[in-house]
Amino acid sequence: MKVLGIAGSLRSDSHNRKLLLAAGALLPDDVEFEVWDGLKAVPPYDEDDDVEPAPAAVARLRAAIADADAILFATPEYNSSIPGQLKNALDWASRPLATSVLRNKPVAVVGASAGAFGAVWAQGELRKVLSATGARVVDAELALGHADQRFDERGALADENLRDELREVVWTLVDETVPRLAAAA
Amino acid sequence: MSTTETRQSLPVGTWNVDPVHSTVGFAVNYIVGTFNGSFSPVDAKLEVGEDGESLTGSAPVAGVKVQDENLSAHLQSPEFFDAERAPEIKFASTDIRRSGDEIAIDGNLTIKGITLPVELQGTVTEPADDPFGGVRFALKLETAIDRTSFGLKWNNPLPNGKPSLANEVKLSADLYLVKA
Repeated sequence: MKVLGIAGSLRSDSHNRKLLLAAGALLPDDVEFEVWDGLKAVPPYDEDDDVEPAPAAVARLRAAIADADAILFATPEYNSSIPGQLKNALDWASRPLATSVLRNKPVAVVGASAGAFGAVWAQGELRKVLSATGARVVDAELALGHADQRFDERGALADENLRDELREVVWTLVDETVPRLAAAA
Repeated sequence: MSTTETRQSLPVGTWNVDPVHSTVGFAVNYIVGTFNGSFSPVDAKLEVGEDGESLTGSAPVAGVKVQDENLSAHLQSPEFFDAERAPEIKFASTDIRRSGDEIAIDGNLTIKGITLPVELQGTVTEPADDPFGGVRFALKLETAIDRTSFGLKWNNPLPNGKPSLANEVKLSADLYLVKA
């Protein structure tokens, strides 16, 4: 099984990227985990450009999603919602709507913020957007507030309870994915 | 003085659905009007014997017919029918009661893997010879369900805060049944 991590934040020292890496370390040993780093290169969605072959950065995004069995999103919150670049990438990935790479893809959403609330609104918005694309959004969440104080020097969540919550999210995602792999085998 | 017979039973035999002329449809209130769709092909069989009667039927969720392929795809997604995990909607009767041209059928309806009892009501016609050497009659059935009890919970709030899509869905089946 292969899980792809997508962070909604672009900056190199992103809390959400750290959260993805911490989540990846909690996955079962036989699960391959990769954090996708192509978000910044995705051009603005333009239906005129939404033709075959797709723009290279979009083709890479669609291939990365198609190649993964499940996706874990970690999003910050910008003005009570998800970052524009993340939404833009999902708009590309969701096309064509009837047969997109996101259709039936098991996905989970977590979020981190430096403030107290852990991007809860953005997570809700992201779940709504993913559901509309036809993805299989798992019922699990983690809102990591005060993210600048939550990671230890190895990149793990320092607090055991938060680690357990994050493990619950990624294992729920894995559990959701197993029947699809079994059906496809 | 004449006596009018009120027929209480269905014609004996095995009756298969004619999928070309049969439809299973749904109607649900959306924002200001009624939105209609259908499922095809319909598969159904009515068995009428000395030991009872049974009606069973199914339709593939992938065969949902609406006016737009993107909407069809949305209806097949986990937000609605989840066609990947629950590819069929199914019905199996538990009791059939006829009185003249009226009919009521109790049974179990399965949508999105959830099975709940429903009562279908409708009409039945008398068997007639068709131009193809067969015998056929028709069943016209209706019921109403709460879609959320079958796990179809999608909604989109209107500006006034009310939901755009009603929970009550009317289901209808027009079945042409051909004697096997």
